[in-house]
Amino acid sequence: MPYKKITTDDLEFLKKITAPDRIYTGREINDDFTHDEMTEYGKFSPEVVVEALTNHEISSLMRYAYEHNIPVTPRGSGTGLCGGAVALYGGILLSVAKMNKILEIDEDNLTVTVEPGVLLMELAKAVAEKELFYPPDPGEKTATIGGNVMTNAGGMRAVKYGVTRDYVRGMEVVLPDGEMLAIGGKVAKNSSGYSVKDLFIGSEGTLGIVTKLVLKLLPLPKKTISLLAPFPTLNDCIDTVPVLFKSKLIPTAVEFMEKEVIAAAEEYLGKAFPDKSADSYLLLTFDGNATAEVEKASDRAAGVLLQAGAIDVLIADTEERLETIWTARGAFLEAIKSSTSQMDECDVVAPLNRVGEYIKYVKQLEAQEQIRIESFGHAGDGNIHIYLCKDALSDEDWQVKRDTIMQALYEKAVAFGGQVSGEHGIGHAKRAYLAESIGNRGMELNKAIKKAFDPKLILNPGKVCY
Amino acid sequence: MFQLKIIVCIKQVPATSSVEIDPTTGVLKREGVESKMNPYDLYALETALRLKEKTEGSITTVTMGPPQAQSVIEESFILGADQGYLFSDRKFAGSDVLATAYTLSQGIGLLGEFDLIVCGKQTTDGDTAQVGPELAEFLGIPHVTWVREITEVTADKIVVKQDLGNSYAILELPYPSLLTVEKDIFQPRLPSYRRKLLTAGQQVKVFTFSDFIDHNEQKYGLNGSATQVERIFPPLTKQDQTCWEEPAPVVAEKIYELIKDRNFI
Repeated sequence: MPYKKITTDDLEFLKKITAPDRIYTGREINDDFTHDEMTEYGKFSPEVVVEALTNHEISSLMRYAYEHNIPVTPRGSGTGLCGGAVALYGGILLSVAKMNKILEIDEDNLTVTVEPGVLLMELAKAVAEKELFYPPDPGEKTATIGGNVMTNAGGMRAVKYGVTRDYVRGMEVVLPDGEMLAIGGKVAKNSSGYSVKDLFIGSEGTLGIVTKLVLKLLPLPKKTISLLAPFPTLNDCIDTVPVLFKSKLIPTAVEFMEKEVIAAAEEYLGKAFPDKSADSYLLLTFDGNATAEVEKASDRAAGVLLQAGAIDVLIADTEERLETIWTARGAFLEAIKSSTSQMDECDVVAPLNRVGEYIKYVKQLEAQEQIRIESFGHAGDGNIHIYLCKDALSDEDWQVKRDTIMQALYEKAVAFGGQVSGEHGIGHAKRAYLAESIGNRGMELNKAIKKAFDPKLILNPGKVCY
Repeated sequence: MFQLKIIVCIKQVPATSSVEIDPTTGVLKREGVESKMNPYDLYALETALRLKEKTEGSITTVTMGPPQAQSVIEESFILGADQGYLFSDRKFAGSDVLATAYTLSQGIGLLGEFDLIVCGKQTTDGDTAQVGPELAEFLGIPHVTWVREITEVTADKIVVKQDLGNSYAILELPYPSLLTVEKDIFQPRLPSYRRKLLTAGQQVKVFTFSDFIDHNEQKYGLNGSATQVERIFPPLTKQDQTCWEEPAPVVAEKIYELIKDRNFI
């Protein structure tokens, strides 16, 4: 794509509409801005980094970029995992990280209005102070809410509460040509035409730049109990998940984990996990407003788990106990990352009743290809995180094995009725797998949508479908 | 194999950190507040459980509190305690550390011989860290606070590592004696549902004032308290933030100067 290169005139303009101290070029550009969490997918240097503070700045910038055919890559904290927020074609990297104000917590409508750069952990804390609850709970708490919306992030509580999409009521966006648009609002229902809001959610910054979000809140559950169930084997562990759902239990979260990943987290955190007796674990959470009700549900679940073959069921019913387990769970990704020289990851989602079979297939691949594969994830919603570890493999072997295994993993997911990504998105790294999984017609539709918003293809080019 | 007879002191505390204090009595308001076992006591109980496993000993848990404090003793059964006692009487209400320690000493006096008492470092509601040592004084037994590690346990002595901040002391104690243990001495286990089923219905024995040997009411509850709470408030916190946006070596130098000035290093 023949994009215009940034000149001194362009820089002067950018300085004029923002501020000189929020423009970075050349060596001033921090290396962090050249990649996301997955450096394995390459480093790409933007020609200029601009930190925006207002929607008007973004609008002026986009109008200018549109007129001059300059590519713009929007970015939050850069915690993505598929290269979604990297400037593949150079141009402008537009950081909204400093647009980080929580504008309003509306206790009448149970909504919170935020700027896109607010961090997930800050949002959760601010609403909790008013006994309110923003349920989506992705592992990466330093991600921005804008990034969460743009990838339709899922997280641990999806089983009961759904994903980010279910909590976005309205947004203000700047379109690629600089025009500003308000979509949705504080309303709880909306059947007014096509849901443009839902097109923006999960669009990975390819359709527009979010400058304000209205999110739905719930009352903060007063009681939370997690159950940690050790199992003798991974098969026993995974095969229990459908049994749980058949018992009509409604857990907030159902996670599975293996002892190797737990050991890596212990080492990474320097903190002991409360149990080490078993090969695999299921971690369930129940929450609610009445303690007795939550205890009843968790006791019933404990009974089901024991009957299904759990060695025991350990109860985390206080803040401290919950923390010992969930801190470890939250550190899995970083722990695996620090345990190996390089890794690649896959975030497929499969129908619940095929998850067990899928994990078994992963184990089979691991043995067959002689490579370390770690996996953990949201057994309760079918979203599995699989990590290929390079360890001592040569670069050549790694390349070959990685490609073979990734291809096999995605093919199997699709064959099982699954999808390429459950919550991390496509970015530039998973485009080929998306194309294969949704086919030509699917890709054409995606491209037509992209073109309707961004006919010049200047916004986050090289991502998702283009 | 020798069998260590261990007593663990535990306390029920509010489950949240936002506790209300009665403005007239200065006593914690417990009604309608979710409660839990004092988190520091979990380390004491875990220490006792490890010693029990090592010595095939037994564990008795004790607590002083209102009738509902029975639930922390029941929880101790789930975690592995063999028996448990609740010291409960209206006359014990409003106890400060002195009266609490005295009440515990009276109750423990009724339990027969023991080898070791293990207490948590402090509680999360009172935070005084005094009950353990005062209890040892009332019982006339030696004690060590801030125990970070059990280095040796034999039939006639226990050797512990005491954390003195910048240094450690290795101390040897005869039996009977009392330890207060540091957070993280061991990772406390989680309650097991299997044991919850097994121990359901296990009786918590209750001692009241009338069971005790010393019937001098002036030694219990508010009457027996040497201290009175005038006011409880969270300490003021200050958040001064300075932002330096300069090249990393310059900022590093500034950070070094700052922490040196403040005597952090």
